[in-house]
Amino acid sequence: MTALPDALALRQRLAAGEASVEATLARTLQRCAAREGDVGAFAALWPERALERARELDRARAAGEPCGPLFGVPVALKSNLCVAGEVAHCGSRVLEGWRAPYSAGAVERLLAAGAVLLGATHMDEFGFGSSGENSAFGVPRNPWDGARTCGGSSSGSAAAVAAGLVPLALGSDTGGSVRQPAALCGVAGLKPTYGRVSRYGLVAFGSSLDCVSPLARSVRDLELALSVLSGADGRDATCLELPPSEPPAAAAPARLDGLRFGVAEAQLAALEGDARARFDAACAALEALGAERRTVELDLAEHALAIYYVVATAEASSNLARFDGVRYGPRRAGDGSLQGMVAATRGELFGAEAVRRILLGTYVLESGYRDAWYGTAQRARERLRAQFARAFGEVDVLVSATTPGPAFRLGERADPLAMYRSDVLTVPASLAGLPALSLPGGFVERDGRALPLGLQLSAPAREDARVLRVARALEAARPEFARPSPVALAEASA
Amino acid sequence: MSWEAVIGLEVHAQLATRSKLFCACEVRFGAPPNTLVCPVCTAQPGALPVANREAFELAVVAALALECEVAPECRFDRKHYVYCDLPKGFQITQYERPYCSGGGLTLASGKRVRLVRIHLEEDAGKTAHEGPYSLVDLNRAGVPLIESVTEPDLASAAEAQEYLAALKEILQYTGASGCDMEKGELRCDVNVSVRRPGEALRTKVEIKNLNSFKGVGLAIEHEIARQTALYEAGGTVAQETRLFDPERGVTELMRGKEDAEDYRYFPDPDLPPHTLAPEWVERLRSRQGELPAARRARYVRTLGLSPYDAGVLTAERSVADFFEATARLSRRPKEAANWITNELLRGLNDPAVEAGSIDELPFRAHDLAEVIALVEEGRIDSNGARALIAALFTRPGRPRDLVRELGLELVRDASRLEQWCRAALEGQEAVVADVRAGKTKAVGALIGRVKKAADGMAVDAREVQAMLLRLIEELE
Repeated sequence: MTALPDALALRQRLAAGEASVEATLARTLQRCAAREGDVGAFAALWPERALERARELDRARAAGEPCGPLFGVPVALKSNLCVAGEVAHCGSRVLEGWRAPYSAGAVERLLAAGAVLLGATHMDEFGFGSSGENSAFGVPRNPWDGARTCGGSSSGSAAAVAAGLVPLALGSDTGGSVRQPAALCGVAGLKPTYGRVSRYGLVAFGSSLDCVSPLARSVRDLELALSVLSGADGRDATCLELPPSEPPAAAAPARLDGLRFGVAEAQLAALEGDARARFDAACAALEALGAERRTVELDLAEHALAIYYVVATAEASSNLARFDGVRYGPRRAGDGSLQGMVAATRGELFGAEAVRRILLGTYVLESGYRDAWYGTAQRARERLRAQFARAFGEVDVLVSATTPGPAFRLGERADPLAMYRSDVLTVPASLAGLPALSLPGGFVERDGRALPLGLQLSAPAREDARVLRVARALEAARPEFARPSPVALAEASA
Repeated sequence: MSWEAVIGLEVHAQLATRSKLFCACEVRFGAPPNTLVCPVCTAQPGALPVANREAFELAVVAALALECEVAPECRFDRKHYVYCDLPKGFQITQYERPYCSGGGLTLASGKRVRLVRIHLEEDAGKTAHEGPYSLVDLNRAGVPLIESVTEPDLASAAEAQEYLAALKEILQYTGASGCDMEKGELRCDVNVSVRRPGEALRTKVEIKNLNSFKGVGLAIEHEIARQTALYEAGGTVAQETRLFDPERGVTELMRGKEDAEDYRYFPDPDLPPHTLAPEWVERLRSRQGELPAARRARYVRTLGLSPYDAGVLTAERSVADFFEATARLSRRPKEAANWITNELLRGLNDPAVEAGSIDELPFRAHDLAEVIALVEEGRIDSNGARALIAALFTRPGRPRDLVRELGLELVRDASRLEQWCRAALEGQEAVVADVRAGKTKAVGALIGRVKKAADGMAVDAREVQAMLLRLIEELE
């Protein structure tokens, strides 16, 4: 789908010794520096760490040691993933300067697979946002149109992949934070089944929703990434006791005969006109591969946003309680008392959206209101899960657009509710803990520029392999649904 | 008309696990500040809790000993409040679905004190205030606790103290908790109200963080008096939380009802519900040993000990275990009881003795059984046994060997005894005359002289007495 190699191709070249990891990495670092101005994906680059690591990998290969499945592949990490000794500020002033004292489970797995950690990417503060604009440190621009958002909250990770700076990045997806930016940047992103990848070392936003999620320019790279990242972790009690998923097969499935895919008509109403046309084209492409389209009832998905903004804010308000200035991060003195110090630190250092979500979450858990808000949301979440289960009794995968339309302009969605609605199509699968993948699904034009759209596939919990298989078949059958971004094209020809 | 008190207790006991409730950090008292910590118990961003299996085991063991019903499934909740020694900004506890409910224990009077529930939770850290600074030590953060909550079944400070003592005994016996109050392993909150007999319950007041039996007693007595005085004066009691000041023996307002915190409880999404398989619970039940009350009764009934001695011996499990081993090895339970209650427990209180508990003594039950056997065999007398036990406190060695080393063995050689007796009789005509006049007791005055003549070697006083009498008779 692109002139730049994907992770799998790059790994094969490096493992075969056709290029050194160090030289490849040096070029990657140059590109990242050159594109800082027009993309601005990275919050921090780790050139010394990365080069040291690259040399180590080159030495190991020369010594005849086996090459891991991500041998030499540079990977960008969302700045909410802990790497021992590195910044992981989560886009928040409250963690400015903090360096993680340990590494995340997912990060350890990347390293064990031979990956090179390149740097930390910008994000909406703690994941609170769908455009990247809620970061305290920098807002990435969309490689398709610099005036537009990359989506969010894994904005920098999506931008880095779409701009051709890295073949693979990690983000985190709580309500669509990987799928939505993947769609808006024209790349692929997979939110695995909840619990498939360890959350240990992922700074928590909504603990019952958070998933460490890869972004890449090809579906097989997502498959590769999942095979590296997935697996049990005794340090995360919600991590499933499942063996890691399978590495990608050599060839994409040629046909999808017998596959039943479901479309919920109610979800189509949210789509902008030309986006609807692209969605229908994508469904037609699946049918052309032999799959059967069915209509499913998923009317509870209509309440998903309401459920989500109760559950996620409740959990977030609790998870963010630890940022009190006592043990790490900057501190504000306030009136000098303990409570005053905590109040000043939190009041001055959290951004507006973080404050809004903490207030919302605190409110829905308040004694006397808790059952009406949090309790009702939990019950509704169970009913939504049940409706998904019924739908999956009739179809193998569900298909929808990833977003109602293409990337919007930076600054366009100042109203928080308008911003929250950006997640309307991604939140349902999050609430149900389902594996859901966004892959490029064609283009629409805005302001004279082509902008990518995403197509979202979801499957029952633990059936990550199913969405990957369908996505891979579609990607192979309809290469025109994806294109390198203008920035990536410039990189490829440079 | 009189007033009666209605009292309920909430007791926090630290479980005797090796590691903390949600991380692998060691649990140890007295370590330098912040040396037993990790990303989890210091709430580093991204760190997650994983529940400790051993904590569940000890918690269930305690629940079974207290006759509680263990829930097939329990869950952890988050309880939010802001304080510098609460790293996450919430405490992980069990609010809606504790691991057990019901149960209770019976006081000596036969009164039943019912438990509402017991739940598992983590401890917070410790804060010390020094000048303008607050110093936080997180070694204790995440240490597992069980909080047991009684019904308001207690009616006096004395009953509350008795309940606490019985609870402590059971927790120590089962090994669930060390209950060392000086290390903060047992802490108590008290709920007190007073009413006229027959009335419905009146407003209750909570007194927080009592860490001694004496404090519990004083706080309850003070609170009963305070509330009674308020009502007698025509006033009312406010629902509030008070703190006990042990220096002055009074309770003081901590916060009123209007300042009660909203803890915003909700199920901890990081910890899936925990299943307590009935087969596993039954396995723990089958391993449960004899509880202190049953032991006490058995000592009186089948070993013939006095209720007092039985009580002293069972107050601590290690003492009772030591006693049982000694009694079994020596086949002399009464003697074992005597030596332990008198010599051993007294010796342990001696500040010169290093051992603080019976487990730390440099000798074991078989050594004490050997001492008892030496007395039985007539090799030493009770004075010798006392000296021997005193020696065992400080020096290693088998009692039989020590007896010789210390010269405690009674001299049985008749010719030597006779020699010493004759020496003792020299110049003691007055005593001899008294004895001859029928005052045989007068001979006692000579025993000291015999011992002196024996020059430190042990003699059997009765034997010496008999020989002296015989020699006096022969003198004619």
